[in-house]
Amino acid sequence: MMGFYFAQLLTGLANASSLFLIASGLSIIFGVTRVVNFAHGSLYMLGAYIAYSLVTTLPGVFGFWTGVILAAVATAFIGAAIEILILRRIYHSPELFQLVATFGVVLIVQDAALAIWGSEDLLGPRAPLLDRAVRIFGEPIPEYDLALIVIGPVVLGLIWLLFQRTRWGILVRAATQDREMVGALGVNQHVLFTSTFMVGSFLAGLGGALQVPRESVNLLMDLNIIGQAFVVVVIGGMGSVTGAFVAAVIISVANAFGVLVWPQISLILPFLVMAVVLIVRPYGLFGTPASAHGASVPEAPLRAMPPAGIAVAAIVAVGAALLPLADDGFLLVLGIDLLVAMLFAASLHLLMGVGGMVSFGHAAYFGLGAYAAALAVKSLGLPMLPAMLLGPVAAAFGAMVFGWFCVRLSGVYLAMLTLAAAQILWGITFQWQSVTGGDDGILGVWPARWASDRAVYFYIALALCGAGLLIIRRIAHSPFGYVLRGGRDSALRAEAIGIDLKAHQWLGFILAGALAGVAGSVFVFSKGSVFPDTLAIGHSVDGLIMVLLGGVQSLLGPLFGAAAFVLIEDWVMRLDHWRAIFGVIILAIVLLAPDGIAGGVGRLLTLLRLRRPA
Amino acid sequence: MLTRRATFRAGIAALALAVTPAAFAPAALAQDGAPIKVGEINSYTRMAAFTEPYKKGWELALEEINAAGGIKGRPIEVLSRDDGGDPATAIRIADELVNRENVSLIFGTFLSNIGLAVSDFANQSQTLFIASEPLTDELIWASGNRYTYRLRPGTHMQAAMLAEQAAKTDAMTWAVIAPNYAYGTDAVEAFKRELTKLKPDVKFVEEQWPPLFNIDAGSTVRALEQSKPDGIFNVTFGGDLAKFVREGSLRGLFDDRVVVSLLSGEPEYLEPLGAEAPEGWIVTGYPGMDVDTPEHTPFAEAYQAKWGEAPKTGSIVGYNSMMTIKALLEKAPNLETETLLTTMEGLRVTAPTGDFLFRPVDNQATMGAWVGKTGIVDGAPVMVDWHYADGEDYLPSEADALKLRPENQ
Repeated sequence: MMGFYFAQLLTGLANASSLFLIASGLSIIFGVTRVVNFAHGSLYMLGAYIAYSLVTTLPGVFGFWTGVILAAVATAFIGAAIEILILRRIYHSPELFQLVATFGVVLIVQDAALAIWGSEDLLGPRAPLLDRAVRIFGEPIPEYDLALIVIGPVVLGLIWLLFQRTRWGILVRAATQDREMVGALGVNQHVLFTSTFMVGSFLAGLGGALQVPRESVNLLMDLNIIGQAFVVVVIGGMGSVTGAFVAAVIISVANAFGVLVWPQISLILPFLVMAVVLIVRPYGLFGTPASAHGASVPEAPLRAMPPAGIAVAAIVAVGAALLPLADDGFLLVLGIDLLVAMLFAASLHLLMGVGGMVSFGHAAYFGLGAYAAALAVKSLGLPMLPAMLLGPVAAAFGAMVFGWFCVRLSGVYLAMLTLAAAQILWGITFQWQSVTGGDDGILGVWPARWASDRAVYFYIALALCGAGLLIIRRIAHSPFGYVLRGGRDSALRAEAIGIDLKAHQWLGFILAGALAGVAGSVFVFSKGSVFPDTLAIGHSVDGLIMVLLGGVQSLLGPLFGAAAFVLIEDWVMRLDHWRAIFGVIILAIVLLAPDGIAGGVGRLLTLLRLRRPA
Repeated sequence: MLTRRATFRAGIAALALAVTPAAFAPAALAQDGAPIKVGEINSYTRMAAFTEPYKKGWELALEEINAAGGIKGRPIEVLSRDDGGDPATAIRIADELVNRENVSLIFGTFLSNIGLAVSDFANQSQTLFIASEPLTDELIWASGNRYTYRLRPGTHMQAAMLAEQAAKTDAMTWAVIAPNYAYGTDAVEAFKRELTKLKPDVKFVEEQWPPLFNIDAGSTVRALEQSKPDGIFNVTFGGDLAKFVREGSLRGLFDDRVVVSLLSGEPEYLEPLGAEAPEGWIVTGYPGMDVDTPEHTPFAEAYQAKWGEAPKTGSIVGYNSMMTIKALLEKAPNLETETLLTTMEGLRVTAPTGDFLFRPVDNQATMGAWVGKTGIVDGAPVMVDWHYADGEDYLPSEADALKLRPENQ
């Protein structure tokens, strides 16, 4: 029996090594450049694909390990290209804006990998000389697992040497602590950032390449790994490589033993661990308060809308109300989707733009609203309107519970705790089949008979989402909104003048959640069904992209962002290779308007002398 | 605003023109010879490995039908769209196909949740929907509706085919491993039920539920090994299956054990395993070019000639989808949904898999699947000792099926 548990421990440690490789690269990149790199999973996938191509061509032991190293090097150069061509141009954008660019890269890499390597899963060869199992305490252990258990700590040691014993390492550590100071001391930041990105990409590629003997290389690898990688980075503390190693060991070993006791738990285990760690240690195990934020620059105050703006807004509202006259059977469907997306994005913007609390899990409250409304109809037999009311109530309740924990953190750690909360809720809807239907969802939630005409439902959506948008605008300009904005720009000063900032942030969190719940309940009656996808990471990321793409520093930003996202996606999905095209469009917007669409429009108006410069 | 709206609509119109040129050109012609428009939705980007062969299958059938003069002199035109793997997007596309493009019916979908979402939309918008590939039995039973028909043999049917074979072995204690979502739980439940029916004293001693496409294969294999079962029932697929097979064979999990595995004989799942594919697993699947019935051979040869590769399961499902539409449109006197629905009841379809029909009681096709064992021939994984299991024999009786359906459907 002893042998069995020891073997299980070794299995966990082998997994920890692979997880560590990808997470350490992510952590290093974030520490120095502050880029939340969604494309890290794509680099991992590319590393695996390139390694597959190489090790199936090069013969023997030498060929295998050469292939692995070359694949990692190639990935490093791809990373360098991404950094030089795209990210370098947008480091001065608002915090997290670079995330939008990496999202575009993810889309392009997905289509490129499909075009180059085809759709079928590729099973590479096992590692030569390490292709069998040895018996330890009578239990069979794959030799390759033992090799991985060695490789992980060796890489950790090499990174440690690189960081402690080289000038480059000293600069990287300095930049992780205070990159402005490093710049002020005359260090060439371009070179530093590019080389850091290369090292991170190298590790991602190495992680991917080393997976070839363990699993098939496939097109879903990128998105399957990225969630776990972020969890490991956060538990360890953003920017800490040692932390990433410890966290990878904790997660992997916990999972290895977890499946023995409660096999269902592996779905949400990493996120549970992350939530617990963040509640106990707000900056992760090895993180410091400095690792939560980049330098925060106070934003320009919000301006009241000029008369011309009010006129334009009124015309847009009237135009929207007349839309049913122009319906061709589909325009209203798109219109309703657009309204839902706008309210969802605006509610997220209330949280992150006005309140300064970035959320990576806002879809949780959208989904709670949608599920609550659906369950109210299906289980309680309520009519449509009361059911729609229940949506935001449930969402507000969820936001109240999770928000209480989240507002105790700040910056990226807060964002990751919201992500953990969303994943836990997602896990519940996914597994609680008797109530939520699990993956089969809840069906048959259509509007009441009197609202079944498309135009009628469009007006309901217009009224509810329009009201939601107006409320958000009102909140932003109210004294309460001033407190939130003040807390965002300087928490210290806000507290110093006697404001209970946490309480205000908590209330802001609940309001934003409730408004997302309104969007969710409008959504569910327009689609007739709801599935766990509405709460999943992908949907949260969509919201984040809308807000950032639109411009986080303007109340109109999320509306522009949602409109651009929904309309471009609807159009582009008709084409072949739409992911690559969508990715290129996103990158184009990002490069043309590094302060978001709203910022770009503002500069355009200034250029046309329609507005005085800010 | 007017200009903005006008440009927007013009943009959409221009786009529609660019994407579906044929949709607009023949509109000027008289009704005779105008194409019959059919909508199609599938997860082409998210599930490329499975939907590519499927698309090739229906494209081949479409080409053959239109080359032979179409349906009563009218060609079939398929408006095919990608749903990106998202149910909400799938519904939006279905809405556009039905309400703007005025298609006569919709077919397609691979993922179960998208199949269910579109089926629910079909019910609401009173449009015929032929679900080609989703496996969930919710589609035809608990959430069934009169507008939705399902082609491929579902989870229950395939699990029943395997339970029959499993009962013939002397394995008494069983462990199960399945992805942690509705498909996995349904499959395990069906297998347990059917096997216990045939052999009441079997015992299920261990369950493993890895997250979909994120299996921790090493740990899972060891947990299964610990329970020392006589037999293992596997539902994992795709990347998970490859990892499970690798870790399992390294650790000797499959030695001297009966392994029964859902869908693993389908070329989509079996081929990527290459020479490492396990031998002797009892599976459902499709033996591809090896099927040499007079109905199948011409299809397989035409497919190979057109696409330069052997057909996969998706290919035959795609081909049969289009053959269903052909049979339907040839028999139906007009394209009204009510007429189409009446025609679908008991509709008999001639297909490479042999004739099958759509049961009026639960709208399920009696198309079957192949049951056999995995083996390696010339270094490539194939199905051996296979036979075709007719779907009809593995469906609940009509009376039982009626009880599974919601009322008034």
